[in-house]
Amino acid sequence: MSHRVRVNPIMCEAHGMCAELLPERITLDEWGYPMIDSEPLSGTLLDHARRAAQACPTFALLVERERP
Amino acid sequence: MTATLASAGPSVYWYLTRSTGAVALLLLTFAIVLGVVDVRRWSTPQWPRFIIDSLHRNVSLLAMVFLVLHIVTSVLDSFAPISLLDAFIPFAGSYRPFWLGLGAVSFDLLLAVTITSLLRQRMGYASWRAIHWLTYASWPIALLHGFGTGSDVKSGWLLALSIGCLALVLASVVARALAGWPENLGRRGTALAGTGGFSLFLLLWLPGGPLGSEWARRSGTPPSLIAGSHSAKKSTGSHR
Amino acid sequence: MSNAPSLMAAEPALPEPDVAASLPRLLTGIPGHGAMSLDEHLSIHGLAPSARPRRRREESPLIARIERAGLRGRGGASFPTARKLRAVASSRGRPVVVVNAAEGEPASLKDRTLTHSLPHLVLDGGELAAQALGAEELIVCVCESALASAESVEAAIAERPRQRGAAQVRLVVVPDHYVAGQESALVNYLNGGSAKPTFTPPMPFEQGVRRRPTLINNAETLAHIALIARHGSQWFRRLGTAPQPGSTLVTLSGPVPHPGVYEIEHGCSLSSLLGAAGGTTAGVSAVLLGGYAGTWIDGELLRGLTLSDEHLAPHGAAVGAGVVLLLSEAACPVAETARVAQWLAGQSTRQCGPCVNGLDALAGTVKEIAGGVAQANATQRIARLAALVRRRGACGHPDGTVNFILSALETFAPAFADHARHGPCDACMHPAELPLGVSAPGAPRERGRVR
Repeated sequence: MSHRVRVNPIMCEAHGMCAELLPERITLDEWGYPMIDSEPLSGTLLDHARRAAQACPTFALLVERERP
Repeated sequence: MTATLASAGPSVYWYLTRSTGAVALLLLTFAIVLGVVDVRRWSTPQWPRFIIDSLHRNVSLLAMVFLVLHIVTSVLDSFAPISLLDAFIPFAGSYRPFWLGLGAVSFDLLLAVTITSLLRQRMGYASWRAIHWLTYASWPIALLHGFGTGSDVKSGWLLALSIGCLALVLASVVARALAGWPENLGRRGTALAGTGGFSLFLLLWLPGGPLGSEWARRSGTPPSLIAGSHSAKKSTGSHR
Repeated sequence: MSNAPSLMAAEPALPEPDVAASLPRLLTGIPGHGAMSLDEHLSIHGLAPSARPRRRREESPLIARIERAGLRGRGGASFPTARKLRAVASSRGRPVVVVNAAEGEPASLKDRTLTHSLPHLVLDGGELAAQALGAEELIVCVCESALASAESVEAAIAERPRQRGAAQVRLVVVPDHYVAGQESALVNYLNGGSAKPTFTPPMPFEQGVRRRPTLINNAETLAHIALIARHGSQWFRRLGTAPQPGSTLVTLSGPVPHPGVYEIEHGCSLSSLLGAAGGTTAGVSAVLLGGYAGTWIDGELLRGLTLSDEHLAPHGAAVGAGVVLLLSEAACPVAETARVAQWLAGQSTRQCGPCVNGLDALAGTVKEIAGGVAQANATQRIARLAALVRRRGACGHPDGTVNFILSALETFAPAFADHARHGPCDACMHPAELPLGVSAPGAPRERGRVR
């Protein structure tokens, strides 16, 4: 069972914390908005992803389980 | 122990309530400063975004801890007749009801902000945000409460602290109002005008109010507490 | 309509080959002014059968028939209609059916034409879909600017006898924005919000209007359903190609004597469409297919073009919502592209950072190129911005705009290079050709078979 990170672009207000907390999967574009690498996550990286999702002030970052 | 202290002078709770009140004001000021730094997305490599945000949340919680201590110690103190209910229901007390009541109002607003923030995962973002704006209202009300009820208000250090905190909050409000200028000019203008108006009010009111004569009587201290205060107090030189 | 026979699982016998294979189908008897009355509609097409399933938990035979017919959505995405119906049918809750005639595409007039002149055909389709899904609510959405359509639909709703157990029909007028007809935007608006797309999932077919499973079909798609229910899937397949069966409506504009809405069969040549419109009155530099999210094709290739997805795919184009927009040689393609790009950027609902910033930057760069004041690396900048913007919005608007701009840069490469070096050309002063507001060319006409 793998997870992926996704961003809700409507809620996202470019706070940028996600890229600091999960640089393995998220980088910021020139306007400060996240560019997501949607490779699967597991183990400690998943924990970091969850922390990043909790840190997002607008709940724009989502950690989603693979739909089977 | 309280009885022994009463004969010796003001109780330890009286000192604690004043000091925790001052610290709470300071922490609430920092919470606002950090909140504005956060929303303006200012950061450096040494102070990344997630740290600023965490700091804002933690300082706010710490402020609430000191606020609770401030309330509990004021209730426990036997000098002024303050009940626990007075912390939540404003203007119903017998000690400086209006000025104490402002403290309750501010505390109620901060309670709403704190509870919604702790439960923000469960509520919609828009509602959480709307309630969060109340912090801007809670701070000036808390400051007025401090000026109105505080017994140290004429002392230099507390006055300097209050003015210093006011300056920080003013700067924060201006910085906040400038973000995204000139959209929503009406709202920004109102915020800045309100802030300016409040500052002007303080300038005009303080000298003749809390910093003036007989403020204790004018602010609603029960007469029994003004006349015939403890002789021991006189010897310690504390001001009421 | 009250004694409509049930739609039998077995298909009706094919009518005579000549009748079966001819155009027009949807546009049969379309009036020159005003709307076709209910009586006339019934005398031309006959009574619509009922699509209610015979037994409660059974699937309506209409859905299987639509699947056999191979009908795909006519709103631009070409999604298989039967699959959409089944997705709604299998979601929990009583469904709602929405007729999407909120045609925000400036160069497309087919949906407002259908709702204005042939409202009963569209309403038939909507009611059939509602019966097939057991929906109790049927909502027809038209654009604010389509006043005539709104009036026609209201009048048509009043004209139709109210049957027991039939879905409640109502008209909703939707803002004119480009993105307002996007499915989640439409649902958002119907739920009392603004006409702006929302984050999905949940998709409308799972949770849409009032969180119920919602079927959103283009008005033309439902019009086709109205006829498939009557004449069967084999009849539908007698026109068009095997992968893309049936007829479709296109909006032809540009230097032709008779621009407007035409009914063609998939796989017909562009030349025959132009012939039906009276030929071209000026040289054509290129044709835009699909709409402002679509693709330009060079004028030299016009004669050989076939209007079907499989033939257009090598050109990176598709039939889409049926926009066929000719650009005359007198117009400046660079100025036009800059104008439209600016408009598209302005049509962003500004909910998503990459779209707002990206489209503004793209439109700005195109404008600089048009004005001859672009930086040296303008083309690389556009390519970089295009990659940055794709798939990073909540809806397909930024992707469509990127397609349009990149396609223009490729098709009109010499003109863009010329502008980059020398600035505006004489043709830049030519009056704007690509429509941005809502225009209304002459009354639509019934057309014969277009091959």
